[in-house]
Amino acid sequence: MPNYETRLRRTGISRRTALMGMSAGVATLAMPRLGRAADDTIRIGFPTPLTGPFAAEARDQVKCAELAVKLVNDKGGVAGRKVELLVRDDKLNAGEAATRTLELIEKDKVHAIVGALSSAVQLAVNEVTRARGVIYVSISQSDTINEVKDFSKYTFHEALNPHMTTAAVARQTIKKGMKVAHLVADYAYGHEMLRGFKRAQTAIGAESVGEILHPFGAADYSTFMPRLMSLRPDVLCISNFGRDQANAIKQAVDFGIKQQMKIVVPVILHNQRLAVGPDVFEGVVGGANYYWGLETQNKTAAEFNKAFRAANGGAIPTDYGAYGYSGVGSLLQAMQAAGGTDTDKVIAVLEGLQYDLTKGPQHYRKCDHQSVQSVLVLESKKKSAMASENDLFAIVASDPGADEMLRSCGELGHAT
Amino acid sequence: MDLSLIIMQLFSGIALGAVLVITALGLTIVFGMLGVVNFAHGALFMIGAYAGLYLASLTGSFWWGLLLAPILVGAFGMLIELVLVRRLYGRSIDDPLLLTFGLSYILVEGVRIVFGSDGIPFPTPSQLIGVVDLGVGFFPKYRLFVIALVAVVLLVLWLMLEKTRVGLIVRAGARDPLIMRVLGVDIGKVWLAIFGLGVGLAALGGVLAGPMRSVNPEMGTLVLAEAFVVTVIGGLGSIVGAVVAGLMVGICISMVALFAPEMATIVMFALMAAVLLIRPQGLFGLKGRA
Repeated sequence: MPNYETRLRRTGISRRTALMGMSAGVATLAMPRLGRAADDTIRIGFPTPLTGPFAAEARDQVKCAELAVKLVNDKGGVAGRKVELLVRDDKLNAGEAATRTLELIEKDKVHAIVGALSSAVQLAVNEVTRARGVIYVSISQSDTINEVKDFSKYTFHEALNPHMTTAAVARQTIKKGMKVAHLVADYAYGHEMLRGFKRAQTAIGAESVGEILHPFGAADYSTFMPRLMSLRPDVLCISNFGRDQANAIKQAVDFGIKQQMKIVVPVILHNQRLAVGPDVFEGVVGGANYYWGLETQNKTAAEFNKAFRAANGGAIPTDYGAYGYSGVGSLLQAMQAAGGTDTDKVIAVLEGLQYDLTKGPQHYRKCDHQSVQSVLVLESKKKSAMASENDLFAIVASDPGADEMLRSCGELGHAT
Repeated sequence: MDLSLIIMQLFSGIALGAVLVITALGLTIVFGMLGVVNFAHGALFMIGAYAGLYLASLTGSFWWGLLLAPILVGAFGMLIELVLVRRLYGRSIDDPLLLTFGLSYILVEGVRIVFGSDGIPFPTPSQLIGVVDLGVGFFPKYRLFVIALVAVVLLVLWLMLEKTRVGLIVRAGARDPLIMRVLGVDIGKVWLAIFGLGVGLAALGGVLAGPMRSVNPEMGTLVLAEAFVVTVIGGLGSIVGAVVAGLMVGICISMVALFAPEMATIVMFALMAAVLLIRPQGLFGLKGRA
């Protein structure tokens, strides 16, 4: 062990080196940025959390978004212009996402932004795009982004929203007179899902026996289990996302919760089901925007799967991946129809656009720009019932898209 | 709120604490004996989980994974000590810190490249699936097993350090390596073994956590933070401190989860702040060490 003085001296040196390094860094930053050469490529910015607990879903989104761009470019591009996708890692952090988005707009001169996976992060992206007047197609679940407070004419929401998914799942799983408990991630997504479930269960006539909010990104859920069991509910709604979903369900199953009650989630995640295996997820019911198994009953899904398989060595697209395809795809369709990237023209087209990219007809409702689309309810299959390793879910219900699924424009605060 | 719920909550806390103890122990031993803050500890915890899973699937038995993974990863730890860490002894504390910090990135990326970023299912061993009736409620068999195994590992470690000649050399080596060298002890070998032991404990923690949590490349990140908190509360370098603080943090998280669930993670840091205010060196830490 060195004596105290040598230690001091050494720290002194490293500190000086650090200072030198820092000033060099500042000098680089201060250098004038080289402007991007003017060309007529259409650039779409795509912030998504490539690192962190939602990375699996994020990478699927990128693959699908790239597929959408590739298919358009193969056909000669949009209005004769090539399309380029600029993917940025938002690190699942609102500040990081806002910075990356601003960079995409200012430095890379993107024509529109699609992306973000976390509900909190998408609201940060929306803040930036709204202030800069850039079109943003969100592909993360949110109820608030369509409400007047967060909405702007540049904001479009391609993803399902908590209101739609929880209502569809509750219809299939909660019956009148049942007791319902909630385990909820303590951030925007969890809160919105909880609100959706409670609204749906009240309409059905079921009773809420308890709500437990857990910290976002927790690794251990065991400490919540004794309490949940003591509430003796018929249904347990677990409203969290990504690895939180996998860990929470796995640990609930360890505690024998499935023998006592049914586990229900607002969104059942393809990748998380893969991450923890069929035995853990068996019988869990949840909502989804897309499932590859739709291909047997839906022509668009079959075409989308085929294109994805061709581009990705035979792999199948996942639920959150499909959002990347429909988000970028619908925007490019609108740009094609508008004959270019003029923001106001593209917005006007998007508001009247009828599109069918992954699973059947969709359109953006004019007042709040929410995509009206079908909602799937899936049940995780038991191991013995799986026909192949990709045969994860049975489709319990597929509610076709209708304006009545959504909260009314008046309720969201829009002029009607 | 009835008593049985509180008892169940206590059990959850002890099981949680057991995982914390085993990971914090490796961190604190390496710091206490070698003065190295091992920032790769979380990554090695993750490597342990993957190694355990891989060996279990290779041999078809969880038990082989549980036995072999800590040994193999421990040996890998010795290689790290020999090739990398050894060169930095005697330098300031931040050199090995930066080295292991960089190493953790390499390990995580390496696992991403080999196994992918998605999680991999780590099934609970068939003998330990299900719950046990504790009289007041049902508790997962696997978590009871974890508590028992950690208790055994602690006992063995304690006996080794306090009752054997090797333990004596190790303890003396931590106090004054120069005198040990004068006495003819090859202190380099002792340090090698200690680093291997610390890494092996991280790996054991990883294998044990595997069937409870999803196994993924980032699983060590949170664990590293938890292990540091436990180590700081217990006192840097103190083994008893790691045990007491680990259980304390586990039980504290569990009890807070009962009354204010959304605070469950923050309470760990609040506890650390409180302890540092009263005893800056931690509960069992020596003055002047930190």
